[in-house]
Amino acid sequence: MKYLRLVLANLGRHKLRTVLTILSVALALFLFASLRSVTTTLAASAQFGGARRLVTLNATGLVFPLPLAYGNRIKTLPGVTGLSWANWFGGKYGDGKTFFANFAVDPESYLAIYPEIVLPADQKQSFIQDRTGAIIGKRLLSRYGWKLGQNVTLQGTIFQGDWTFTIRGVYTPTDPAIGDDVLIFHHEYFDERIGRAGIAGWYIVEIADPSRAPAIAKSIDDMFRNSSSPTKTGTEREFQASFATMWGNVSFLMSTIGLAVVFAILLVTANAMMMSARERTGEIAVLKTIGFSDRLLFALVMVEAGAMALTGAALGLGGAKLLYPAINFNGAGFLPGFTVATSTLVIGALVAVGLMLASGLIPALRAARLPVVQALRQVE
Amino acid sequence: MALVEIRDVYKSFQRDTQRIDVFTGLTLDIEAGSFTALMGPSGSGKSTLLNLIAGLDRPTRGTVTVGGAIVSAMTPGQLAAWRARNIGFVFQSFNLLPVLTAYQNVELPLLLTNLSRAERADRVRLALDVVGLADRADHYPRQLSGGQEQRTAIARAIVADPTVMLLDEPTGQLDGKSSQEVLALLQRLNNEFSKTIVIVTHDAHAAERAKTTLHLEKGDLIEKPRTVAAAMR
Repeated sequence: MKYLRLVLANLGRHKLRTVLTILSVALALFLFASLRSVTTTLAASAQFGGARRLVTLNATGLVFPLPLAYGNRIKTLPGVTGLSWANWFGGKYGDGKTFFANFAVDPESYLAIYPEIVLPADQKQSFIQDRTGAIIGKRLLSRYGWKLGQNVTLQGTIFQGDWTFTIRGVYTPTDPAIGDDVLIFHHEYFDERIGRAGIAGWYIVEIADPSRAPAIAKSIDDMFRNSSSPTKTGTEREFQASFATMWGNVSFLMSTIGLAVVFAILLVTANAMMMSARERTGEIAVLKTIGFSDRLLFALVMVEAGAMALTGAALGLGGAKLLYPAINFNGAGFLPGFTVATSTLVIGALVAVGLMLASGLIPALRAARLPVVQALRQVE
Repeated sequence: MALVEIRDVYKSFQRDTQRIDVFTGLTLDIEAGSFTALMGPSGSGKSTLLNLIAGLDRPTRGTVTVGGAIVSAMTPGQLAAWRARNIGFVFQSFNLLPVLTAYQNVELPLLLTNLSRAERADRVRLALDVVGLADRADHYPRQLSGGQEQRTAIARAIVADPTVMLLDEPTGQLDGKSSQEVLALLQRLNNEFSKTIVIVTHDAHAAERAKTTLHLEKGDLIEKPRTVAAAMR
């Protein structure tokens, strides 16, 4: 503690440089935490999915629908205990610049198969009974200031025209991967408006025994193998993971950019620290003359580097941890449940320690090994 | 037994391919409580001698003993601890840390001791009082005159009550008045507080204040010490 004043005085020697160095560390670790959180959130969403739910898609791709009649045949398979279907809508709201997910579902079966979507019983009934009704996640309610019973109009992008829905319920997801900024409306209304009755984007199949998932998935696909719309069935987790793998390269890119940014800042910080130590060659020699040992001077320079790196880390990592929940960030709906995980904070803190070692080690060693007589000759 | 004993010391430097011999068998005693001026032309080895006594440099051969401790045989770690307790060093260009106040600069050697904060404060106040700068404790070096800076440096050198004070051209950057103040202060430290002082100087007036003057030329002592004690004998 008695050396604290000396450390603080040295840090305050060039206040602007110290502040800029701390801010650059903070920025680097904020970016690191943000970019890594994208990756971890995507990975977490890939883990989402009940073990008892399968998803059946058109084998050609998600954009190709399946006949609604398939549902009745799937239901007959042994081990299948429930079935629902949904269709991506992709409508835009307002000026179209802000995006949120919206899709058509069969209300009763969908809410039954997804107990993670929680809303009051009266709102649920109200939604089921109103063909033009919709339910929304709580985030949409607060974002747009909507109210229950209010009409909301979406502009269709895939399915043209203005689509007006009445908000009948507000749900709160128990699993963040569900997303709380989604609008869900009646598949029946959707079918009627597009004039192409009897199609589903995908099926959600509930099964009794998760251990039979591969067998049931095979049975479903075998059933439609020779039809005009063959299917591809997998667990819901595989379905989510397939979305996540679409981000695969983006995740890699983000990790790479994150590391590059941290490395670049490391060089800047190391340079600032070395410059600071070099400027003080004479003072370090004087301290040695007074009796400061090599080990003590090494420690003092390391503490200076540590103070800068750890203050920057606290600002950057703490900032990321506090900022995103405060602004309800979810990557325009693509990153539901976005959060800065504890593992990210731990890795960030380790990066900061690494930064401290890398930026402090050379100047600290230089200070410790400084030949006093030679250094004094330079300043005297 | 002398406080500082230099026995058959050799010191040489390697500059590129050339070997420069500074001392070739120097032997010298400095008594406790003495005030010794080291004089001589540039390159005669005055500062090197000071550095050897302070343990900042090592002799190529021979021994340097201060207060019974063989300085030339100590490890770097031992030397640092020894210097903190036994050496008060004053530089020509003051070398105060610009980011610290006069008080904090004087306190530096005490940080290496086990003294409490209150005990350190007492010692620092006393040292500043002795050099006449008690009212400048909170001033930074840039707010002090050259003479005041050097007196602060002297306070820093005496605050830990060292065995010997070593001063390398302490008046070299001061005007006449400030030089006289600093030299008077050194005389007072020697007379009133019995501090052993070794001063390197080019200034004959400064040397006059010393009780003993040694002349070095090309590493040789060309005039034997004429100490007060010797004169008395």
